[in-house]
Amino acid sequence: MKISASIIAAATAVVLAGTSGNAQSKLNVVTSTEDLASIARDVGGDRVSVTALARGYQDPHFVDPKPSFMLAMNRANLYIAVGRDLEIGWLPPLVTSSRNARVQLGATGYLDASLNVRILEIPTGQITRAMGDVHPLGNPHYWLDPGNGRLIAQAIRDRLTTLSPDNRAYFVQRYDDFDRRLAAAEKRWDATMAPYKGAKVVTYHNSWPNFMERFGLEVIGYVEPKPGIPPSPAHTIALIDEMKRGDVKLIVVEPYFSLRTPEAIAGQVPGGTVLILAPSVGGVKEATDYIQLFEYNVNLLAGALKQATGK
Amino acid sequence: MVCTLLMTAPLGAAVASGQTLDPEALRQEIEQLRQELAEVQRQYGERLSALEARLETAVVPAAAAPVPSSATSKVFNPDIAVVGNFLGTAGQNTVSPGPALEMAESEVSFQAIVDPYARADFFMAFGEEGVDLEEGFLTFPAIPGGLLVKVGKMRAAFGKVNTLHTHAVPWSDRPLIVNNLMGGEEGLSDAGISASRLISNPWIFLEATGQVYRGDSGDVFQSNTRGDLSYLGRLRGYRDLSDDTNVDLGVSYALGHNAAGVVDDVDVGRYRTALWGVDATVRWRPLRQTSYRTFLGRSELVWSRRDEFGGLQSAFGYYVSGDYQLARRWFAGARYDRADRATDGLRDRGQSLLLTFWPSEFSQIRSQYRRITYGEGPTANELLFQVQFSIGTHGAHPF
Repeated sequence: MKISASIIAAATAVVLAGTSGNAQSKLNVVTSTEDLASIARDVGGDRVSVTALARGYQDPHFVDPKPSFMLAMNRANLYIAVGRDLEIGWLPPLVTSSRNARVQLGATGYLDASLNVRILEIPTGQITRAMGDVHPLGNPHYWLDPGNGRLIAQAIRDRLTTLSPDNRAYFVQRYDDFDRRLAAAEKRWDATMAPYKGAKVVTYHNSWPNFMERFGLEVIGYVEPKPGIPPSPAHTIALIDEMKRGDVKLIVVEPYFSLRTPEAIAGQVPGGTVLILAPSVGGVKEATDYIQLFEYNVNLLAGALKQATGK
Repeated sequence: MVCTLLMTAPLGAAVASGQTLDPEALRQEIEQLRQELAEVQRQYGERLSALEARLETAVVPAAAAPVPSSATSKVFNPDIAVVGNFLGTAGQNTVSPGPALEMAESEVSFQAIVDPYARADFFMAFGEEGVDLEEGFLTFPAIPGGLLVKVGKMRAAFGKVNTLHTHAVPWSDRPLIVNNLMGGEEGLSDAGISASRLISNPWIFLEATGQVYRGDSGDVFQSNTRGDLSYLGRLRGYRDLSDDTNVDLGVSYALGHNAAGVVDDVDVGRYRTALWGVDATVRWRPLRQTSYRTFLGRSELVWSRRDEFGGLQSAFGYYVSGDYQLARRWFAGARYDRADRATDGLRDRGQSLLLTFWPSEFSQIRSQYRRITYGEGPTANELLFQVQFSIGTHGAHPF
């Protein structure tokens, strides 16, 4: 009798545990990157549970489509992709084998975050792989402009509302709050960066056009000779000459690239400095969310530019 | 341009038939055409000005997402890619000699989403002399019940290396188990239906796959009647040990009719072959340096039980391999092979050392030193040299 009672209790507990997840009715949101996850958390609040697949300190072009990601996508109500072919090498097999009709391309649960943002460097002429690993749909690192962050948040707000119309007011209020905080932060960042308008920098990969344009900096060259092609001696020498001629001192590097060549270049340029900026939330431990990502990058960059320019 | 066309077309027609008309009628006709043309020009001019005015006042939306115009015309074309595979072989091999130089097999792929319910993937293998459908299947990713269903010609989901395309294996050749136990160079590949499902549990990724094939696959399975189907089952478990390290384990089973009982095209014996396989893979890829360091260790074991006239012929084989990325463009690898032959029980052994250089993501140059001691006695020492390159848009491979 005792045994059967405990079996019933255990079975009830299991059934309840199984149903309690549904009872909360949180939307399961899975995103390609931590930036999108951060914005989704800002807008979705406690009505969503968000998982990012790629880590912020990882090169988002090269992510292994692990089966554990498949499990996450299997349970997703909404998948948010960076788009512009950034995930071309890993996302399609995950979507196909997720066994989740909600997140297939074209379904309401699949959101390409790039569709209503400002994209730079969309090729206008013929492109070939002789140019390296170029992105035919434009530069996919668009989230590094806070203005685009706002547009991404709008798209997420609208899609969450479609998926969960009862929470419309909540998502709108959360978005408005995010928008206000972002606007206030933008004023601060603009003031910090104002003295350095027009300053020139070099970056490792072409990940920063949106960021640099937003804050008025000019990228004069890349450590990579072409996108996705590792540094070559000839290109490195030419870059050192160019930096010397233009009095360029800063080399911005993503945390997932080797520092060897950038440091060698910095050693050859008077006042040369290598700066590891976070290209994504989680890229460095200080970049804990989307606003902190810019906070960290702007402060680090302004500090280095102050030293370099004496302003 | 439009004007020129408008003018030349009716004039041409008039001239062609005008030899029988009198010049006055022709003149009148031309005059009438001129007036019509002037009217058309006036109307178009007005509409153009109205459009220009509207354009000036229109606000360009921030959400403009232009698509390159060259792409729009072919937007529904499948993704097309060609992967070339040039193979050179030097050294001695008296048992299974390959040519000195060959354009071994170029893979041409066509991949696209068919409709909201399915996607299609075709892979043709273009050899120097012929074309073969390597794979061509339809995938239904959104079937109720959590099933992933495929129909078409596929590489069977038996172990790991059998599912990989030539350009995706980390060697210039395939391990001896493929040749000796799994039906020859191409491995197990046939037309059929596949269904797989995730088995949800709180601990690991677990996937069960069931496949039914016609029953013709290399020299392992041969169907002589319509009922001679071959069956395959696979269970795959996967777990992340950390962000950087993961383990992938699988058990596979395949059963089908073999050709042992076929005498003068009549299957008098009705014999069958059963294959068992176990595979284990360990991957290490530190996320902070994904482009610079990886390690992949893999082993597959295959047991074959082949019924034939003389009784049951058992055979066993395995390989163990390791591939380590030394730098962004350099990979080094080693493989040890041992495999009985399914039909005569002779045992071959092989050892390989490899070095691969990747000029870019889209090309690779590989050299492989291979030593094989064949069951008949002779030993082959060979140096393989391979260049592979990819053009076009090739879809990502499954993990």
